[in-house]
Amino acid sequence: MVATHPSAAEVWAWLGEIADPEIPVLSILDLGIVRQVAWNPNRDELTIGITPTYSGCPAMDVIAEEIRRCSKEHGIENLRLLTQLSPAWTTDWMTDDAKARLREYGIAPPASSLVQIEAARPACPRCGSAETQVVSRYGSTPCQALYRCLSCLEPFNAFKRH
Amino acid sequence: MAAGALFEYVLRLGDNCLILSQRLSELCGHGPVLEEDIAIANIALDLLGHARFWLSYAGEIEGEGRDEDKLAFLRDAGDFRNVLLVEQPNGDYAMTVARQFFFDAWYFHILRGLKNSVDARVASIAEKAFKEVTYHLERSTDWMLRMGDGTEESHRRMQAAVNDLWMYTGELFEMDEVDREMVELGGGVDLANLHPLWTEHIARTFAEATLEIPESKWMQRGGKRGVHTEKLGYLLAEMQFLQRAYPGAQW
Repeated sequence: MVATHPSAAEVWAWLGEIADPEIPVLSILDLGIVRQVAWNPNRDELTIGITPTYSGCPAMDVIAEEIRRCSKEHGIENLRLLTQLSPAWTTDWMTDDAKARLREYGIAPPASSLVQIEAARPACPRCGSAETQVVSRYGSTPCQALYRCLSCLEPFNAFKRH
Repeated sequence: MAAGALFEYVLRLGDNCLILSQRLSELCGHGPVLEEDIAIANIALDLLGHARFWLSYAGEIEGEGRDEDKLAFLRDAGDFRNVLLVEQPNGDYAMTVARQFFFDAWYFHILRGLKNSVDARVASIAEKAFKEVTYHLERSTDWMLRMGDGTEESHRRMQAAVNDLWMYTGELFEMDEVDREMVELGGGVDLANLHPLWTEHIARTFAEATLEIPESKWMQRGGKRGVHTEKLGYLLAEMQFLQRAYPGAQW
């Protein structure tokens, strides 16, 4: 029995260390996957609510497993891992800092959903050119699409806005 | 809400997603070009995700211990409630695209309606799925235009695919007692209201794609009450093989 329970804020901090298995430059907090962390009134059960990015994303099982492992390592004995679908996941939850790291990593970050569709074409993450063209609406993971830069001619992945 | 109608309604949604996902999965590694192979696999994954949400909920409503896996792997063809359209084979790529287009346009409007369902769980699944299916519909509409208004051969194949599949579209809008009960309770979508919206999208796309809407009014039906084409049995034989041969096997 653990004498003192970690606060919800501490739990959030651990969860921020868990990287996305497909795009390790982002944490699961950067992606907005964790929706809630809460102790029950008796403080003997911790609830963590997560939401899937795309409905069938295979990475979700790995992420859930990582959260269980991490919680256990930190002495959480009773974890209730909930899947919450509403509000539906959106790339608008991604912070500017996370977007900058994504660009640095070579993946064009998602545009805000408030931007007009025509202006939402991603800039090349390598040379910054706005002259880009979609090659395929789907890429190596459900959340990405394939583009080509018309200036530096490099192909690149773009995180789809969703 | 009446559990019987809700179970049946949610089961149908789950079966539509599951069976179409399985069909699309057959193309994994066999797509006509790499980009399409990836796209099809991704769409199959989205639909599999929806199937898991719907079937898990159906199992909970029923309350007899059947989870998503039991519902997917341990029912025979006569217990499946998907529409006939989604069990049709992939055929040539025009067939795969046309089937997807008819389904996407229908599922898009179903989900848009279900976002307002009085059943909170149905509404949350619909809200989630709607965003993904909006993207699916954009893609399948694009392909109808490219193939319909493409080369002589792509046009011929697409028109043939549309003609072959048309008889499976009537069932999408047929209301039975389950649909009526769900509409009355505020949990389901009125398919009669949805039909003109679907037809409008099809007509607009066909006009631009230089395709003709088939004149035949004769429609196949039965999937919603478990009467299927013989093609479903072969699909299930492959999908369910492992659980049938090795009951309870897990990854």
